[in-house]
Amino acid sequence: MTPSDVTSQQSLTQRLANPTRFMQLSGTLMPWLAGAAAALILYALYLAFFVAPEDYQQGQTVKIMFIHVPAAWLAMMGYALIAISSFGYLVFRHPLADVSAKAAAPIGAAFTFLALATGSLWGKPMWGTYWVWDARLTSMLILLFLYFGLIALRSAVEDEALAGKLCAVLGLVGVTILPIIKFSVDWWNTLHQPASVIRMDGPTIHPDLLWPLLVSAIGFSLLFFALHAKGMRNEILRRRLRSLTIAEVDRARGASAAAAAG
Amino acid sequence: MSAFWTLLKRDLLLQVREGGAVGTALGFYLVVVTMMPLGLGPDLNLLSRIAPGVLWIALLLSALLSLPRIFEADDEDGSLEVIATGDLPLELATAAKALAHWISTGIPLALLAPVLGLLLNLELSAYPVLVATMFAGTPAISFLGAVGAALTLRVRRGGLLLALLVLPLYIPTLIFGIAAISAATGGPSGVQASFLILSAISLFSLVLGPVAAAAAIRFQTQ
Amino acid sequence: MIDLGPHAAFIWAAYAIYAVVLAGLVGWLVWDGARIKAQLGELEARGVSRRSRAASKETPSS
Repeated sequence: MTPSDVTSQQSLTQRLANPTRFMQLSGTLMPWLAGAAAALILYALYLAFFVAPEDYQQGQTVKIMFIHVPAAWLAMMGYALIAISSFGYLVFRHPLADVSAKAAAPIGAAFTFLALATGSLWGKPMWGTYWVWDARLTSMLILLFLYFGLIALRSAVEDEALAGKLCAVLGLVGVTILPIIKFSVDWWNTLHQPASVIRMDGPTIHPDLLWPLLVSAIGFSLLFFALHAKGMRNEILRRRLRSLTIAEVDRARGASAAAAAG
Repeated sequence: MSAFWTLLKRDLLLQVREGGAVGTALGFYLVVVTMMPLGLGPDLNLLSRIAPGVLWIALLLSALLSLPRIFEADDEDGSLEVIATGDLPLELATAAKALAHWISTGIPLALLAPVLGLLLNLELSAYPVLVATMFAGTPAISFLGAVGAALTLRVRRGGLLLALLVLPLYIPTLIFGIAAISAATGGPSGVQASFLILSAISLFSLVLGPVAAAAAIRFQTQ
Repeated sequence: MIDLGPHAAFIWAAYAIYAVVLAGLVGWLVWDGARIKAQLGELEARGVSRRSRAASKETPSS
């Protein structure tokens, strides 16, 4: 079968998901993505510090919200991305889906950590303590454990192809359990709700605060995708490097075997 | 279906003949619960208040210790590959092995719990609920644990990794198990609601666990 | 400097952690990519190409 036959048999999505094509596409898109992310984040910072008013209840600490809430969203989106990639890898067996799942894990974990750290720093002035067993903070912490599990499993299994498949199974198990964990933590929290907890963000948010939050969320989402694309590019190159190294070792071994025979 | 029962019977027989493992889990359970008063002080009021939590968490840890055994021995002597390529769907085979784990470890631990409750001055009215919730909740421990055991099957010294993977999955079981017992001793929620949700979680893991564990084993025995 | 009220330290700390973690992530990804590219370049300079890998893979099966 010649290479052109293979190409013609591939569907459109398969051709788009071809690693070489991905490298070309992401190579052209990445600078724009990163540039747009940087511009939006800078604009969001300007809005947050110079335009957005104080919250009547939380004062200036509401500025932490502009980075805390996007981090929490991206932490969840990161896991959703891993789940979708895991599904894609297990069902369609496409190596690029595994690359995507692997690249998303550390980035998602970083945003989960940031959501926890900024939430804790927000909690100190609001609640008077760095940590409360608030339902959202607790769920975030458990999400961080799930990320740790994925990263640890990936690094513990030596065979990379097998590690990808096992991580895909774990990712899908995690995403099916996650709603149940969220439900049980919420339920547990309402049972043990302390009397004086200021809600982190009430149902109504002032429009003057909403706009900077939205800009910030879009900016950090673009940053997430830029980082994810960069991580995927690194991983593709790393796999290429590995197969080249193996090929070289094989050849060297073959040459020495031939020399020994001759 | 008879292959399922054969496999279950075989696993249980192996457990009985080898012995040891169940005794170790029970001994560990006893030791961990004994450490609690030693660490927190012998205040009986405090102990009876935290008894449900202590009993559940120690039970989770004890069960965790025995999880690698679900697939380990069969993988070492090669019979897991035979099972994986046999007539019985691997999903049912993993279900049989998880069920064997529940019968050989989950039930003994659940039966030991009320005895340990005496050590912690658990209120008498809570005992029936304690045993009932543990019977309803421990299947989730075995069946979700089977997923972790299958994922870390070929990982060298996978015990710690197994704990990291599996413990977060046990959180719903833990929360509703404790809530039901607390409710029986005058806690804020209803016993029935917690118990039903706990059972639902176990039933859900009965489906999810074997399917995911079978997928993980299939990738490793190919 | 803008006045951030009594809790300025917490606000700055939150933004600082954000900056440090994200800069670390970006730095690590860029460093990792550069390292891999350098190693790939080294291999290619020694004449190992993707075609040779494909050839060596196909030989045993055909």
